[in-house]
Amino acid sequence: MVHAVTSPFQRRIAVGVSFVAAIVLVAVLNRRAPGAGDAPGAARFHLTNIATEAGIDFVHHGPTLDPKLDNIAFLIGSLGAAVSVADVNNDGWPDLYLTNSRFGYPNALYVNRGDGTFVDTARAAGLADVNRPGEGVSMGAVWGDFDNDGLEDVLIYKWGYLQLFKNMGNLHFTDVTERAGLRRWMNANGAVWFDYDRDGLLDLYVAGYYRSDIDFWHLKTTRIMENSFEFATNGGKNRLFHNLGGGRFEDVTDRMGVGSTRWTLAVAAADFNGDGWPDLFLANDYGPEELYLNDHGRRFTLSRVGLESDSKSGMSATLGDVLNRGRVDAFVTNISEPGYLFHGNNLRLNFLPELGRFQQAAEGVVADAGWAWGAQLGDLDNDGRNELFIVNGYVSGDRDRSYWYAASKIAGAYSRVFEDARAWPAIGTASLSGYERSRVLVNRGLAGWSDVASQVGVTDEYDGRAIVLVDLFNRGVLDVVIANQKQPVLVYKNSGVPGNHWIAFKLVGTRSNRSAIGAEVTLEAGAARQLQIVDGGMGFASQNDRRLHFGLGPTGRADRVVIRWPSGTVQTLEHPAVDRLHVVTEPGS
Amino acid sequence: MTAVALHGLRERGRTLWARLGRMDPRYPVSFLITLILVLGEARYGILGGYDRLVIALGVCVATELLLSRWLQGSVANVASAYITGISLALLIKPRADLLWPFALGGFLAIASKYVLRYRGRHLWNPSNFAISVLLLVAPASVAILSRQWGNDLATNAVIWCFGLLIVSRVRMLHVTLTYVACFVALAALRHWIVGGPLLAEIAPITGPMYQLFIFFMITDPKTTVSTVRGRIIVAATVAVAEAALRLAGDFHVAPLSRLYPAPPILALAIVGPVANVIDLYRAGRSGRST
Repeated sequence: MVHAVTSPFQRRIAVGVSFVAAIVLVAVLNRRAPGAGDAPGAARFHLTNIATEAGIDFVHHGPTLDPKLDNIAFLIGSLGAAVSVADVNNDGWPDLYLTNSRFGYPNALYVNRGDGTFVDTARAAGLADVNRPGEGVSMGAVWGDFDNDGLEDVLIYKWGYLQLFKNMGNLHFTDVTERAGLRRWMNANGAVWFDYDRDGLLDLYVAGYYRSDIDFWHLKTTRIMENSFEFATNGGKNRLFHNLGGGRFEDVTDRMGVGSTRWTLAVAAADFNGDGWPDLFLANDYGPEELYLNDHGRRFTLSRVGLESDSKSGMSATLGDVLNRGRVDAFVTNISEPGYLFHGNNLRLNFLPELGRFQQAAEGVVADAGWAWGAQLGDLDNDGRNELFIVNGYVSGDRDRSYWYAASKIAGAYSRVFEDARAWPAIGTASLSGYERSRVLVNRGLAGWSDVASQVGVTDEYDGRAIVLVDLFNRGVLDVVIANQKQPVLVYKNSGVPGNHWIAFKLVGTRSNRSAIGAEVTLEAGAARQLQIVDGGMGFASQNDRRLHFGLGPTGRADRVVIRWPSGTVQTLEHPAVDRLHVVTEPGS
Repeated sequence: MTAVALHGLRERGRTLWARLGRMDPRYPVSFLITLILVLGEARYGILGGYDRLVIALGVCVATELLLSRWLQGSVANVASAYITGISLALLIKPRADLLWPFALGGFLAIASKYVLRYRGRHLWNPSNFAISVLLLVAPASVAILSRQWGNDLATNAVIWCFGLLIVSRVRMLHVTLTYVACFVALAALRHWIVGGPLLAEIAPITGPMYQLFIFFMITDPKTTVSTVRGRIIVAATVAVAEAALRLAGDFHVAPLSRLYPAPPILALAIVGPVANVIDLYRAGRSGRST
């Protein structure tokens, strides 16, 4: 073309045409941006919201705060809808615990009747009336058998005092916080049970979000916000509580080096580097993620593993084996808003053993899901690969009024201005990334991910916060429960995929903690390997079923299962029967 | 340090200052934007990937060399393309996996200098044009500088000190000061109209988008009008247009929503070329050189 076009006029025309073509190309490429709808690809399962039929009529209520925060109360008070799974009465049916966040509004413990319906027993169990003036309001709960008595206990983390309830059996719980040494005021939005020193007793890590000297109902100052949009370090201090046994805990935060003051919204624990000791992965708002590597239970080290320079708005920390490599990868949700902010979700593939770092692999529909909150990895179609379910949306107010422009004014301000809630423009009744739909991403292996949300029946626009995957009806398929902020809970029953097989494991620790939290199960079928870990709390304000569910596809092949117990014991099961739940007790005692 | 040594230092400083004043303005400006790039990347990882810088810079420089040779028969000085490339790398914040906005943005920025011309001059500051096109045409793919300078006063102070020094030596200080003064005054007016916190209205000017805007875009000697008085009027008009956009944002005027992420940049994209056309037209009629 350079030689063919010779006259100055022709050259100018050629450049002009190229110029216009470039603008057209920008428009065309923009239309290919993800988020507009489902990608090609058929989903073979369907999700139906059966909350009402199941008797789960829970509606979350957000906190009311000190009037000094009225200008942005909707922003600050948009947290607290949480859901966690536990078999609280050991009847073999998973139960659900849902939190409320307003004084006088009860939390709910939905006990699974086993007939497709649930009944709220929180009040009788002593787990309802926990949102009280002077005590704070619930932000989430994690279950674990901290005293190894065979009954799942629960830690409720709050904007207020932590509360530990011991399961006394017969659906009755006793508040043992004071005796346990855990009566601490924290403004926490995440926690995880894990046994960091492998002594067989579950320890507790609680993530502070706002500073712990803040009482949201009696504010002494309005300087409570983050001091930087992307590099804030003035959040609440995270706390590690060591389980001493005998129902007592000791704060070992400073000794163990895990007192991050970043704005941690979510925390998950797993052995990322394969040394047999559980590490801590933090998703921090207004800052980079953090990985604290566990040095044989003696101390944690904040490690440089490719996370430190990628500062975003971490909301949720989800662990799972994304590519069936037998590795624990991490998925962290973030914020995307056209025109304003593309932080993008992170899919951190774990290459710690080989490269000493994570490799970012999020792109397309995985990277951009709107203002994303909770997420979970699980095999929804039992094909042997994990799907990714992401819930989205921050504040759904007026549909035609957005707070994004107003927020953009303050976001670049000098830190002393930015951290003062009074300096923030009033949100009024505007939305901030409201009415966003959830994403259901089907894993196509090397072909990537396809968003099939509307195809599978997920069309709600609630402000999703917490999500759990659990086989609610013991059918061999993962169902989905979503806690929405100031909105009803959703219970999606999964149709499953006929012909695809599955296998599940319930682990009972003996030398390890009884809940087996932190145990890794690797399922081998031919050359393929799937790894899952028993969950002590992950995602955002959520905890999945402790039973581990593996899809096996149409062949239903399971050659071998290797269980790495938290104690270090390795157990192998050869050719386990498929399409059933195996209850496995840790060998030796 | 002796008095003689001090005197020597002072003399050397004066000589440097005088040489800076005689220098092609693109070189001190190139130094300033390089400083911002190095500071921002070292402290905050502002680029989000060196591939972005390589592509933006590479496309800008290549387009400049190619088009200048092809259309004008001579090889252009690439200092301008260098400034544009770094500006784009810093200001464009696309979805995580996209690199095309840097390539197409770089091409559009430099090509606009050769395509959108009037009486022998280009009308838009190149990076201002490219960013405006990307934001208006591709909002689902491109955002503007979401990464902030750590909301840190020290970094701001360094950039403002060097920025003011350099724009004063390239004789554009009046543009910067006019715009800043108007911005602050109009922020107070917007605060009075909207009723929100005053600091929230003033706060944006401490952000990095504004630093790039007031030291590189609105002061670009190649796309400013020819007289000091004219430049002051244009800077004030840009500030007024920006305030109008911001008020529209405050009142949620939906049809203008694509303009809200970057009000100063889009205000300049609207006002700048109109002012340049008027200036060039008047210069043409009076026979005055621009």
